[in-house]
Amino acid sequence: MSTIFSLWTVIVFILFIGIVVWAWSGKRKQEFDEAAMIPFNDEDDETEINNQEAENRNA
Amino acid sequence: MTDAQTYNYKVVRQFAIMTIIWGIVGMLVGVFIAAQLAWPALNFDIPWLTFGRLRPLHTNAVIFAFGGSALFASSYYIVQRTCHVRLYSDGLAAFTFWGWQLVIVLAAITLPLGITASKEYAELEWPIDILITVVWVAYAVVFFGTIMHRRVKHIYVANWFYAAYIITIAVLHIVNSMALPVTLTKSYSMYAGVQDAMVQWWYGHNAVGFFLTAGFLGMMYYFIPKQAGRPVYSYRLSIVHFWALVFTYIWAGPHHLHYTALPYWTQSLGMVMSIILLAPSWGGMINGIMTLSGAWHKLRTDPVLRMLIVSLSFYGMSTFEGPMMSIKTVNALSHYTDWTIGHVHSGALGWVAFISLACLYYLFPRLYGREIYSNRLIEVHFWISTIGIVLYITSMWVSGIMQGLMWRAVNDDGTLTYSFVETVQAMHPFYIIRFLGGLMFLAGTLVMAWNLWKTAAGSKPVTAPIPEPAMAH
Repeated sequence: MSTIFSLWTVIVFILFIGIVVWAWSGKRKQEFDEAAMIPFNDEDDETEINNQEAENRNA
Repeated sequence: MTDAQTYNYKVVRQFAIMTIIWGIVGMLVGVFIAAQLAWPALNFDIPWLTFGRLRPLHTNAVIFAFGGSALFASSYYIVQRTCHVRLYSDGLAAFTFWGWQLVIVLAAITLPLGITASKEYAELEWPIDILITVVWVAYAVVFFGTIMHRRVKHIYVANWFYAAYIITIAVLHIVNSMALPVTLTKSYSMYAGVQDAMVQWWYGHNAVGFFLTAGFLGMMYYFIPKQAGRPVYSYRLSIVHFWALVFTYIWAGPHHLHYTALPYWTQSLGMVMSIILLAPSWGGMINGIMTLSGAWHKLRTDPVLRMLIVSLSFYGMSTFEGPMMSIKTVNALSHYTDWTIGHVHSGALGWVAFISLACLYYLFPRLYGREIYSNRLIEVHFWISTIGIVLYITSMWVSGIMQGLMWRAVNDDGTLTYSFVETVQAMHPFYIIRFLGGLMFLAGTLVMAWNLWKTAAGSKPVTAPIPEPAMAH
């Protein structure tokens, strides 16, 4: 049982190193730059405030 | 516009409002029990008002009612807006709201009555535990259902943190709450002795790691970029941050059981993993703070952004303090003293509460279609509460270290220098300072409640349209 636990720890560690290498590989750069912009692809929320505010004022 | 073309803001509004209400209730109970420690007569000899019963009410109210509502509100808001789709099921989302409120009300009734499973942060008895499980599964279905129906290819990093928090809390809650019911209001843990202690602190520390950290990091990765108006400093770092945090946190629990019956190697393992945790914690904090690079001037003019960044500073401070306190030799001094209470509150008030309150200032204008009533009141809130936090944690540092030193002081002949009651007497002035600090934090929250009330009152709730799917590129 303890051999399995030890092996599992090693596997998880290698997996983590793999994730780091994957995240820093040059190929992914553009994809991640786009992903970082996801919160801003929804920019209408600023205008929503203004539209709604105008509505509230007219109400 | 049909429902499918708009975001579900109703459930977000409901949870946002309850965040304020439960925040005030939980903090008020906290201030009251802080006053009881300074002036014990305040329990009025009424069993329901004794410290032992109100303390779990305070922790449950601030963690699960206040923090939980903030997490529900922000996760439902963020997952919709970053997936460009309405929440998976309006009915189930409403069920999570009412179910969670019912859990909180039941907690508020049972805990003062002295009905408790006696596990820290898991005091609620088995029928409530089952209700929590049902509500949590519904939450997972709503959240993951929304992600599965997303119209944006990539799952934004904030959602990863929320996902980890939802899955892990389900596992932790179910495993730790396993018990043999005897009556409707009494059960016994399925585990015995040191196993019970280890399961409890595996749960307890991961409640800190996944409930009070991962979910709030989800807020950080969305609201800081939005408020600063620029994308996160490094998206790659955010991915490594996520996996490092998830892989490491789960091991840190044994540091709550140093110098107990827990095997020595388990204690050492918990200590080492707690120290390693500094790396992902600070990696994430730096990622959040550096998002402002090139826009530092905004801190001068934008009180909400300042609150977000100060919350990250407290996060950095308490995640440095935590690993340090997990070192056995430091723990020998700090454990069971007020230092621990100070540490917890620098995380709870400085990090968790501040980022949640800043997130409310972000959400309310967008949920109610009004500008914030008064930016000056945000400034007032920020300063009152910040001074309150500083008073709270510095008084507990001094009190805790003094307490630890007095406990271990030994005369030449080997007898203890101080009796226990002498240490209690020495702590008295610091208990009063702590009470004042907590009172100031609560006062700041009340200022916020007034400000948000004036913002929302009489407005027409916003119905936000979902943007059309972007063109393929």
